[in-house]
Amino acid sequence: MNRLRRLAPAAAALTLFLGACSRENQPQNVLDPEAPIARQLDDLWDPVFGIAVVIFILVQALVLIVAIRFRRRGDDDNPKQIHGNNVLEFGWTITPALILAFVGFFTVLNIGKLDAVPKGPDVLRVEVVGHQWWWEFAYPKQGFVTANEMHIPVGSRIDVRITSADVIHSFWPPKLAGKLDAIPGRVNHLEIKTEGVEPGTYWGQCAEYCGLSHANMRLKVVVHSQAGYGRWEAGQMRSPSLDDLAAESAEASGRDLFRTKGCGGCHAIDGYAAGKIGPNLSHFMSRKTFAGAIFPNNVEELRAWLRNPPRQKPMMPNNGMGMPNLNLAENEISDLIAFLETLR
Amino acid sequence: MATVLEQTEVVVEPAAPPVLRRPKTTEGFWGWITTVDHKRIGILYGVTAFTFFLFGGVEALLIRLQLARPNGTFLSADLYNQMFTMHGTTMIFLVVMPISAAFFNYFAPIMIGARDVAFPRLNAFSYWTFLFGALLLNSSFILGGAPNGGWFGYAPNTSITFSPGHNIDFWVFGLQILGIASTVGAVNFIVTILNLRAPGMELFRMPVFVWMTLVASFLLLFAMPIITVALFLLMFDRLFGANFFNPAAGGDPVLWQHLFWLFGHPEVYILILPSMGIVSEILPVFSRKPLFGYRVVVFSGIAIGFMGWGVWVHHMFAVGLGPWSVAAFSVSTMFIAVPTGVKIFNWLATCWRGSVKLTVPMLFSLGFIAMFTIGGLSGVTHSISPHDRQQTDTYYIVAHFHYVLFGGALFGIMAGIYYWYPKVFGHMLSEKIGKVHFWLWLLGFNLTFAPFHMLGLQGMPRRIYTYDKGLGLDMWNLVATIGAFVIALSVLVFLYNVAHSRRFRTNPGPDPWDARTLEWTIPSPVPAYNFAEQPEVHELDDFWHRKYGEDAEGRMVKLAPPVTEGSLDLHAEGVHLPSPSYFPMVASLGLPIMAYGMIYRTYAVVVLGALTLIGALYAWGLEPSTAPHDDHDDGHNPSHDAGRPEIAAAEEPAAITVGDTEESAE
Repeated sequence: MNRLRRLAPAAAALTLFLGACSRENQPQNVLDPEAPIARQLDDLWDPVFGIAVVIFILVQALVLIVAIRFRRRGDDDNPKQIHGNNVLEFGWTITPALILAFVGFFTVLNIGKLDAVPKGPDVLRVEVVGHQWWWEFAYPKQGFVTANEMHIPVGSRIDVRITSADVIHSFWPPKLAGKLDAIPGRVNHLEIKTEGVEPGTYWGQCAEYCGLSHANMRLKVVVHSQAGYGRWEAGQMRSPSLDDLAAESAEASGRDLFRTKGCGGCHAIDGYAAGKIGPNLSHFMSRKTFAGAIFPNNVEELRAWLRNPPRQKPMMPNNGMGMPNLNLAENEISDLIAFLETLR
Repeated sequence: MATVLEQTEVVVEPAAPPVLRRPKTTEGFWGWITTVDHKRIGILYGVTAFTFFLFGGVEALLIRLQLARPNGTFLSADLYNQMFTMHGTTMIFLVVMPISAAFFNYFAPIMIGARDVAFPRLNAFSYWTFLFGALLLNSSFILGGAPNGGWFGYAPNTSITFSPGHNIDFWVFGLQILGIASTVGAVNFIVTILNLRAPGMELFRMPVFVWMTLVASFLLLFAMPIITVALFLLMFDRLFGANFFNPAAGGDPVLWQHLFWLFGHPEVYILILPSMGIVSEILPVFSRKPLFGYRVVVFSGIAIGFMGWGVWVHHMFAVGLGPWSVAAFSVSTMFIAVPTGVKIFNWLATCWRGSVKLTVPMLFSLGFIAMFTIGGLSGVTHSISPHDRQQTDTYYIVAHFHYVLFGGALFGIMAGIYYWYPKVFGHMLSEKIGKVHFWLWLLGFNLTFAPFHMLGLQGMPRRIYTYDKGLGLDMWNLVATIGAFVIALSVLVFLYNVAHSRRFRTNPGPDPWDARTLEWTIPSPVPAYNFAEQPEVHELDDFWHRKYGEDAEGRMVKLAPPVTEGSLDLHAEGVHLPSPSYFPMVASLGLPIMAYGMIYRTYAVVVLGALTLIGALYAWGLEPSTAPHDDHDDGHNPSHDAGRPEIAAAEEPAAITVGDTEESAE
């Protein structure tokens, strides 16, 4: 009975471990890489995991053999006193060392390859700035800024330059690339390649603890077809035309509230407001999510958000971290949403 | 027992100035407060640390309740952040380190044949400083909020700008105080092990546990100053507007990470080496075979101690330090697995063809080998630094270090508790209940932490208080939460075992396990003077060789007659033990007073605390370590010892040798 119980946990651990292979509906599963860089990492991991499994089985088997086969049979059991064996001990020192030297060789080879900064005219540069608790994505050559959702074309190389506006964050789109820290005062380069990547939305999130709402600092990377990316880029480069709003309309009232309530102190809208603390709202309606990519961008969620942002998402507005409750009246909220809906 | 108390009873000299009036009793409440006996201090460390283990365990359960389902609402984000910070800080600084200190304290002196540690009062100071640091840290819960910056306290999130409350201050000053306790303790153990070994106890006749204590103490001695410096810089940033970690003013947040992990990685070996030592003691006893390759096991421990200094950047592979440093630290991290692997195979070879008795300490030791191996293997996968960029800061890492620190350190600690319990308390823990404890513990442990491997690889970052349903992380999180409660159940079984065994206790005699080392030659529980007669050591595993020999084929043969009984009846005549003292505790009390003054920026209180500390240290300095004893005091004038600067200035290890030796030293 004891033997079986001894076996069970080890077997369970192994099954659980292998269970990691089921990748259904896990948008951040690192064992299911999509882009070339992430796949390169995975290729390095697979053989090492294999070696680890072999050693795991070996050691667990030895433990079980010791516990079962060499069990004390009676009190007069008097084993031979073996104090050591130099050959054996040398063997199990040098063998792991050789295996590790082999693993180390391929690891070091890959480190060099992965640290290269992509150069060339076809390279798309995206500047990522971590904020408590959302992501800013700037496209300097194209001259626009967006938030929480990074858009890139398929079949290209992206030079992602990562920094932070406050504390340390870590930019991590698991299926596309490994994570890289966003550190205030430093710029880190991450290469993303999208060759052969299925167009779609890839999930990610901040991986370095960055205070209260670290869990709510998520991101999406949208990989477009070349044409689709062109359309998105053109849309982002167009300035919103706020003066065309019909007078007396809810939209115009919302636009004025945006100014009178001081929204522009934190948020930017091209040609209208230049706040830098919160996300740029110039093309807010082109985004599927908001507030660190945790809420779907729809009227209900926006309404709940504007009623009391810190209740929807833990923030510390009194300390300058996150959006304060502006104590808006219901009709003010409706007008603001109507205005936001014009920012396409 | 009565004879012991008479010997340690202290006679106060009538002419002694009031500041030198010494505590008289070694019993009751004040006996514990003023004790300088390494065994009682060991028990204090153990009981305190186990209490904090329950604290840290409850914090873990709250964490698991919050994460049981996606979008959990059991805890607020802020409370969750406090919980994971305090869970980590508690389990490392208030549980594993002090429980190891408890074992060091109680057993290291006995295992080398000494009567106490080198600096008994300093030892008491270590304990009280640890206790007050721990209480200060936890008092934050009722004083406006516990630390919430993670046990690693990364800058600049822990700066006054981003963490304006007092939470982080409690962490900064709590860890400073705990660091003092650890550093002082490390000095004490190093001096004890190097200087107080019994005749014949050469370095390579020392039990492996003592060796690992020595290595861990050296690591502490060099690692604690680094975290102290880091915390000092952070303190200056927070309290006095310095900018060490503020990039806007030319500081560097990455500096904090280097300092922290330069401490933090040796710290991992500080946590695991004592358990490796414990397991190295237990496996031979219950296999009836000597440790396979004693010297190789010792050298591996030393090698780990050295190599542990050269791997810290593997905590920082996602920082962007450039290919060269990443490559160098990847390789060094891989190779630290070699001495660790050597130990595992040597332990298995110890049991191989042995006569293995599956007692509870042995089950926990074999569990240690099995579970720690898993932690070691996942550790090797981290060292492939390119892929570590996927693993780091995910639950995969959380799985890894729980397999090392729970599967390793705590399994070893549990093995040690069951193994040495009869020696400390004079009765066994129930083997039957202990086995229930073990199997529940093993099951709960794997149910909780094996799923963490999957969760990490499925993309669950660490330190998140909530996760989205769409991530597909529901099942393993639920399993892990169930596992956490199985662990909690096993801890309750252990507590029941303690209570139950206490009710039905019988003294099993000095050597219930047929063991190999010196602590089993003396009565259980150990008398205050440890050894009635100073032991003389002739071999590694000396006690075993007094009981057994080897025949021509190398099989063990029982020698007659058992040597133990004669020595147990000896009376310890004229043994001078260090006398109890108030001052270590009073001096320690000055530290939290200073810390509260700093936390609340009330500098008058800081001065009060400093005066308490300095006053107590001064009084301590004037107080001889051993109160003059009536039976050897003839011809001494009352101020004899107090007036002698060399005695007043230094703790006197000579005081713990046999009386006539001390006379000749004078």
